[in-house]
Amino acid sequence: MRNTISALLLGTAMVLSVAGVASADDKTVKIGVLSDQSGLYADLAGPGSTLAAQMAIEDSGLKAKGWTIDLISGDHQNKPDIGTTIARQWFDVDKVDTIVDVPNSGVALAVNNVVKEKNGVYINSGAATSDLSNAQCTPNTVHWTYDTYMLAHATGQALVKAGGDTWFFLTADYAFGAALERDTTAVITANGGKVVGGVKHPLNTADFSSFLLQAQASKAKIIGLANAGGDTTNSIKQAAEFGIVKGGQKLAALLLFLTDVKAIGLETAQGLNFTETFYWDLNDKTRAFSKRFSEKMKSGAPPTMVQAGVYAGLLHYFKALEALGGNPHDGAKVVAKMKTIPTDDPLFGKGEVEANGRVTHDAYLFEVKKPSESKGPWDFYKLVGTVPGNQAFTPLDKSTCALLKK
Amino acid sequence: MQALYAQLLVGLINGSFYALLSLGLAVIFGMLNIINFAHGALYMMGAFVAYFLLNLGGINYWWALLIVPVIVGIFGMILERTMLQWLAGLDHLYGLLLTFGIALIVQGVFQNYFGSSGLPYSIPDQLKGGVNLGFMFLPVYRGWVVIFSLVVCLATWFLIEKTQLGAYLRAATENPTLVRAFGINVPRMITLTYGLGVGLAALAGVLSAPINQVRPLMGADLIIVVFAVVVIGGMGSIMGSIITGFALGVIEGLTKYFYPEASNTVVFVLMVVVLLVKPTGLTGRAA
Repeated sequence: MRNTISALLLGTAMVLSVAGVASADDKTVKIGVLSDQSGLYADLAGPGSTLAAQMAIEDSGLKAKGWTIDLISGDHQNKPDIGTTIARQWFDVDKVDTIVDVPNSGVALAVNNVVKEKNGVYINSGAATSDLSNAQCTPNTVHWTYDTYMLAHATGQALVKAGGDTWFFLTADYAFGAALERDTTAVITANGGKVVGGVKHPLNTADFSSFLLQAQASKAKIIGLANAGGDTTNSIKQAAEFGIVKGGQKLAALLLFLTDVKAIGLETAQGLNFTETFYWDLNDKTRAFSKRFSEKMKSGAPPTMVQAGVYAGLLHYFKALEALGGNPHDGAKVVAKMKTIPTDDPLFGKGEVEANGRVTHDAYLFEVKKPSESKGPWDFYKLVGTVPGNQAFTPLDKSTCALLKK
Repeated sequence: MQALYAQLLVGLINGSFYALLSLGLAVIFGMLNIINFAHGALYMMGAFVAYFLLNLGGINYWWALLIVPVIVGIFGMILERTMLQWLAGLDHLYGLLLTFGIALIVQGVFQNYFGSSGLPYSIPDQLKGGVNLGFMFLPVYRGWVVIFSLVVCLATWFLIEKTQLGAYLRAATENPTLVRAFGINVPRMITLTYGLGVGLAALAGVLSAPINQVRPLMGADLIIVVFAVVVIGGMGSIMGSIITGFALGVIEGLTKYFYPEASNTVVFVLMVVVLLVKPTGLTGRAA
């Protein structure tokens, strides 16, 4: 009797393990949106990124072609340890194939290692650090929306050329701030400018007055804000309060999102120059998508560039899956396929996934409108200039990505 | 040297928020024996109510200073009547857990409706601009915050330590039965006291709205520091909270100048040192 039971159990186990092995026409995909769902980056990514991912699944049309696509989301709380724990659980227990979004460079770099180890796909939209496609590039990672190299070159270069040759940095004290300061400093010195000082502040600081006083005392022409989200909005607001711009110094918001401008208010934010790769009011296609998006958002907000990147990144990913015809569980293979197809989507236009995982597309220099110029609740930006995709991002011959050395 | 003066002044400004908030906590702890973890959430509510009054009702900052503490204070009194009063006489831990839960719910609701990046609230026209003090540019609004909070803090201290009403209050916490025997409605007094503490938090919220963003998490970010202030100052001591609040603001400001990376932790380092040397806090009395 005992032998019969053992045999039955063994048989069941064997059947289950065989069922677990992917067959060539396996068309089940599971996607995890790993984001900051409640902290200082939740508005620029968070629930909006999950919505963007859902819309990408619907718009891909894969479901109608027999694919099963599941979506889950998680909150990394801006903590690398929590981010990696969720990522591991997703791969090991929930059988997730692809992780998207992941704002916060510290978390993004930590998750990068997990995805490589588990051979998943990593489409990062939310993090800025250019290391994702340079020193820490992997065959599993695609970096979609923007990075510190691009921000430094587009905004930094424009400001130095306009005469802002001395800089003081207000830098968020983690991987992102360090990368942004490093990349911008390189641009400033290459263009004949000089960094006269800087201060590193903890992530999520409410009061910037001490730091702003130091920036004021440095007499630098430009105060570079190498921070993001709530830290940037607080710095800008308080800089206005301390009369920094009126005193002749200029603020460079190296990274500014639509939601940040909303939070600051046009009164204070007007005239700021910065770079983004997506704006809802750019053209008919972006307006059409944004309309659909904001109708589904509880706050009625149009998508930020991070959320747009989640959508566009996933659309491209689905194209690769379709081209492969099935078996989406070998991450490196899927990413390799993504690199062979040129990118072309309604939000970012034409571009490509380069060998180091960097996606190139146009970047735009914007200026925040005056309150009198704004016609609606989200009408914030004036287009000042466009940087073509092949100039906006790290040139491949300068990339330190190990995948390029063959 | 000039920069140092400037940092001292900036520290004093932050200190006034710490003082106002820890004062409210001290009043509530001293009179109700409740460690009010909802204080940060109520501070945040103060800022939000000011925002609504301005944007929906057209009621300006000056009226908000008056109306908001009353509105949020009434909300606090409802909380006290419906929930907190049942905890009288129980261990501190129950009050702490309940108020912590309330804080999470209130924050969660606000975050759900207003996101995390915050809403703008501009400085009232009369307080715009700044004065050049020679060693720094002082925004008029910040100067106003220091003076206003100092006045409110001293008035509260005076009310509790030097008036007849304060004497009743203090007596009621020492011996409620006896005070009741004199015909004084002790439960109502307790409720009003909680309302007063909450009102102080809301007032700090209004003061903070033009400087910081009106954000659902503004209280959560601040409350831990404020608790450290209260612990360092000594739980329940009114003057201790006020002085420690201002002093810690200054110390934090100096840290931002000399070693900015540590500015978020310096308060806790101090707390550890103080607790090691004097477990009741600087001005606290032994239980």
